[in-house]
Amino acid sequence: MREGSTRAVRLWHKEKFEPIKYILPAFLVYTVFMTLPLFGSLLYSFFEWQGIGEMRYVGIQNYIKLFTQYPYNERLVNVIINNFKFFFLTIIFQNIVALGIAILLSFNLKGKNFFRFTFFLPTTLSVIIVGYLWTLLLNPTWGPINSFLKSIGLEKLALNWLGNTKTSLICITIANAWQYMGIPMMIFLAGINNIDESINESSIIDGCNELKRMWYITLPLLRPIIGMTTILVFVRNFSAFEIVYAMAGTSAGPLYSTDIFGTFFYRTLFGETNSAPQDFGMGATIATCMLFIISLGVIIWQIWDKRVNE
Amino acid sequence: MIRNKISKAAIYFVFIIYALYALYPVIIMILTSFKSNLDIIKYPLSLPKSLYLDGYKNAWVKGQFSTYFVNSIIIAFFSLIAIIILSLMASYGFARYRFKMSSLLYLYFLAGIMIPIKLGSANLFRMMRSLNLIDRLTSVILVNIAMSIPISILILTSFIKQIPDSLEEAAKIDGCKSSKILWWIVVPIVRPAIATVTIMNFLPIWNDFYFPLLFIRKENLKPIPLGIAQFFGEYQTDWSIIFAGLTIASLPTMAVYLFMSKQFIQGLTAGAIKG
Repeated sequence: MREGSTRAVRLWHKEKFEPIKYILPAFLVYTVFMTLPLFGSLLYSFFEWQGIGEMRYVGIQNYIKLFTQYPYNERLVNVIINNFKFFFLTIIFQNIVALGIAILLSFNLKGKNFFRFTFFLPTTLSVIIVGYLWTLLLNPTWGPINSFLKSIGLEKLALNWLGNTKTSLICITIANAWQYMGIPMMIFLAGINNIDESINESSIIDGCNELKRMWYITLPLLRPIIGMTTILVFVRNFSAFEIVYAMAGTSAGPLYSTDIFGTFFYRTLFGETNSAPQDFGMGATIATCMLFIISLGVIIWQIWDKRVNE
Repeated sequence: MIRNKISKAAIYFVFIIYALYALYPVIIMILTSFKSNLDIIKYPLSLPKSLYLDGYKNAWVKGQFSTYFVNSIIIAFFSLIAIIILSLMASYGFARYRFKMSSLLYLYFLAGIMIPIKLGSANLFRMMRSLNLIDRLTSVILVNIAMSIPISILILTSFIKQIPDSLEEAAKIDGCKSSKILWWIVVPIVRPAIATVTIMNFLPIWNDFYFPLLFIRKENLKPIPLGIAQFFGEYQTDWSIIFAGLTIASLPTMAVYLFMSKQFIQGLTAGAIKG
């Protein structure tokens, strides 16, 4: 008995150093392979470096080049415009549709689980497979989508979807939204189900119909969740790469019409196959801009979220 | 709630339309994989005339799918084991001990949740090269572990905090070491959370294309997504082989999803905030 209690006391005493023992391994891996590479990459933006050979400190030269020198400045503006298009279109094709479907799912009709299963299925596929699959579906000569359009007499609409500067980014956005729809849908559904039942009941007693209840009660209560799903899309879209890589290649054709930050970054960093060599300094500069935009988005969201919750 | 028959019918109508939209590409992929090239071009919309299996045969023989699968399994297995062990330990440290800096350190981990590690590619590439890890699966595994730790710690810490202390106190008084308490008392209780963390990390790791693209060049080390990209590029106009390859590559996850859809939906939704 006596021995037991002294041991216990000793253990309590030793606790000062115990948490370090538990946290250190995760801390090391996370720091070495995530934090350091991130900060290291930001530092590279102040150097001229081709990935091999010597690094030369150039101050903010890379930034000046990116913002003012052709072709970098033109690509940058193009990428910003395309990425915002990609973002807004995703909100429309993905989040707004997901919100509508989530509301319908919340009515708990029979077969709800089956439909939920179906709606979420594409989310489990690899982005690269989704990209290739949609490229095949959109094939201009025999692709099922154009064949279908032709079969119902809409030959005029049977375009070369991915080869047209006006439609290619829209198609890529649809493929991307098709895949990820399930996630905002489930977040919205959880949000709707979390709404206090008594609020709904009192609205029914007040003679509210479903539509009115959705508009005046559910939607306003969902505002924080709408904000969260929006920022998730923002972060994802401003770092997206694979979907464009699969559907339009690293050159993000045709004529850079599908070029977004992710492809611009990758292309600059690792070089274009036939023209430019790899440029780690400029790649890091683009990555820093991406981090800046993403952080800005997150900060704006946090401020907005605090205000909404008050 | 909805009593009106017309509105019920309208809702089902929307559901069925959306279900068709969600399933159509996948169904087309599977159906087309059983067609010959000629049939794909001539009758893109019809059902396969007969079960044409040459696409599969050729895809399996020409593509190195068995190698891709093994590589994917190795990457996923070692990444997940390390993620679970490291995150469990750290979460236990955060949930059960208060010390100077503990909340700051916790924030340091959480800060990484939404940041896409892709942005560190330049430095990561250089690191892997100087560590001689280019063309080693270890490089992909290490990055997977690092980027999954923040979200895993967030989930596991909140779960461990919910466990009442009394069990552990009793064990402690009996002279049980804290490491024993973690592995023998805490871990069995948080099993459901471990399952969630496993699933939420498994799929993004299994489906990841970016880091294998950066670090793996050797054909025999490619995981499925990178392998399929190689395959797609090589057989660009041999449609039946391509559709068969895509089907082979996506079948494993779809099969697992079929049996564990609830856990998948839950896990992936919870993991959605990962950058």
